[in-house]
Amino acid sequence: MFEWILSALVLLGAFFTLVGSLGLYKLPDFFMRLHGPTKATTLGVGALLIASALYFSFKTDYISMHEVLVTIFLFITAPVSAHLMAKAAIHIKLKQVKRTQNPMK
Amino acid sequence: MNLFNKMFPHPVLTLVLWGIWLLLNNTLSAGHVVLGLVFAIFIPWLTSGFWPEKVRMKAPLTLLKFLLIVLWDILVANMAVAKLILGRNKNLKPGFFYIDLDIQTPLGISLLANTISLTPGTVSCDLTEDRKRLLVHALHIEDIPTVVKEIKERYEAPLKEVFTEC
Repeated sequence: MFEWILSALVLLGAFFTLVGSLGLYKLPDFFMRLHGPTKATTLGVGALLIASALYFSFKTDYISMHEVLVTIFLFITAPVSAHLMAKAAIHIKLKQVKRTQNPMK
Repeated sequence: MNLFNKMFPHPVLTLVLWGIWLLLNNTLSAGHVVLGLVFAIFIPWLTSGFWPEKVRMKAPLTLLKFLLIVLWDILVANMAVAKLILGRNKNLKPGFFYIDLDIQTPLGISLLANTISLTPGTVSCDLTEDRKRLLVHALHIEDIPTVVKEIKERYEAPLKEVFTEC
């Protein structure tokens, strides 16, 4: 049973990471592509980390909490880097898809 | 109280540092608890020059509830965005929009911007110079006023309650 939960979590994480990367590949412009990786890091990596914490807590003698730190650092750094890239992209006026609604114009 | 303030110029920072030290060492042994506490007390002392304003939190329960709401939203929105990404590009309606901010504290604004970026489908892009409006990009947006209202009610209101200027 335990193995089933773990495998489900790992697969879920892998799936969302894959979807994130796929988004990075197929979406048409920079701003839309930005959504792919920020998503993969939240649920995708989150599920993998929960699986890791569960596995090491139950299979070894000590409770493994390193994963909490990874989560915290990811949740702090991912939005900041996305924000910086978006800000830079607006500044150098990168191309956007024509149908983008834009109040800045 | 005065002595307490001198001992702990930034009580929240002290707690966070202590917690991170214990997590980094992955242990709760007495030695690391004490060593971590020593670091957690002295680092805020030595660096207090870099932290001109004090972080004040009110209503920690609201913060907890906010965190749970955000985690739930991340889960739900992730499914929605996965569907959008796997769907056809042509059907997506990307767009920029401004959110007029009620929240004024820098920490509150940065937490709000982080939350917006973390919940899939929206990325915060820019803050106007006067810190009054936040520019957000959405992957797919139909009705801007509804989304803005939802963000303001779900995320900004609790954050504003927790981090208010004293």
